[in-house]
Amino acid sequence: MKRKLPWVLLAVFLVLMVAGLLLGEYRMVLEKAVTVCLDCIGIG
Amino acid sequence: MSGILKKPRQKRVWYQALGALAINAWLPNWLTGQIFQGNIKGVCVPVLNCYSCPSALGACPIGAMQTLFGGLRFNLSIAEKKFGLYVLGLLGTVGSVVGRMPCGWLCPFGFLQELMHKIPTPKLRVPRFFSYFRYIFLAVLVVALPLLIVDQFGFGQTWFCKWVCPAGTLEAGIPLVLLNQGLRALVGFMYYWKVGLLALFLGWMTVSRRPFCRAVCPLGAILGLFNKGSLFRMAVDDEKCTLCNKCRNDCPVDIKIYESANSPDCVRCLKCMDSCKYGAISYEFLTKQEVAEDFRIEKAA
Repeated sequence: MKRKLPWVLLAVFLVLMVAGLLLGEYRMVLEKAVTVCLDCIGIG
Repeated sequence: MSGILKKPRQKRVWYQALGALAINAWLPNWLTGQIFQGNIKGVCVPVLNCYSCPSALGACPIGAMQTLFGGLRFNLSIAEKKFGLYVLGLLGTVGSVVGRMPCGWLCPFGFLQELMHKIPTPKLRVPRFFSYFRYIFLAVLVVALPLLIVDQFGFGQTWFCKWVCPAGTLEAGIPLVLLNQGLRALVGFMYYWKVGLLALFLGWMTVSRRPFCRAVCPLGAILGLFNKGSLFRMAVDDEKCTLCNKCRNDCPVDIKIYESANSPDCVRCLKCMDSCKYGAISYEFLTKQEVAEDFRIEKAA
């Protein structure tokens, strides 16, 4: 079981990542990332 | 040290420098005070690197996670299915393969902490229980508050970025405010709070080993959870280990690897493999296994 666990985790999280991409979350992250984050720089 | 060719772990500082540069490769923006806005910026890097750093090519996963959690209630209210699966899945994928290794090899803020610690000052150990604080930062500032405290439109804030993150202040706050007159006019209490906090962390890094990674970093908290269940695994041979503590003395996060080979605190820099003179420490990744050299074994002439 210990040997299989990393592969199971990898498969589960890959599925989650692909699901997120299919749901359009990449675009949401991109929109945030290309705008100056005022919170991050201490002005928000 | 045997042989002329150095192993990657013996050149880790170069990997860290190259990692910091590769993640922040859009250097011309340091002259203009703009941030990179290419389409690849939606790719989260598995390290703490502010996406408002002028030269950052990718997104900070902790900032992205807070944004997705902060927008979750609004998105649900308009039947928009965005749950933060992309960022969670990406971090889980990286964690399942190598655990917290990006912290030790690629993270610019981790690299800065190791450099600052080289400044000769009296040194202090970080109490071990401080490691639990990073889970509190993760649970409260990254997950709970962005989800629970929302404005009239249903949007939460990026609490960790706003109140704590010294990487954002250093990589984005200070340079952008210096380079943009418009932003300078907006500087107020929050800015001074964050600069003060950064100064505190910079001081702490000179006296303690990677204190931010151990006590605060929510990304380290997430990736560290995978250390025990990742494809990359460390191991310690109890029969060979003499408990000499050399590995702990050389460890950038001050852990006793002989007590827990895959501790969530371990950044997998592999420095302990060179520290151990008894061949007690090894790692295994897919089909590759390497054991620290045992210097007690007499070499053939």
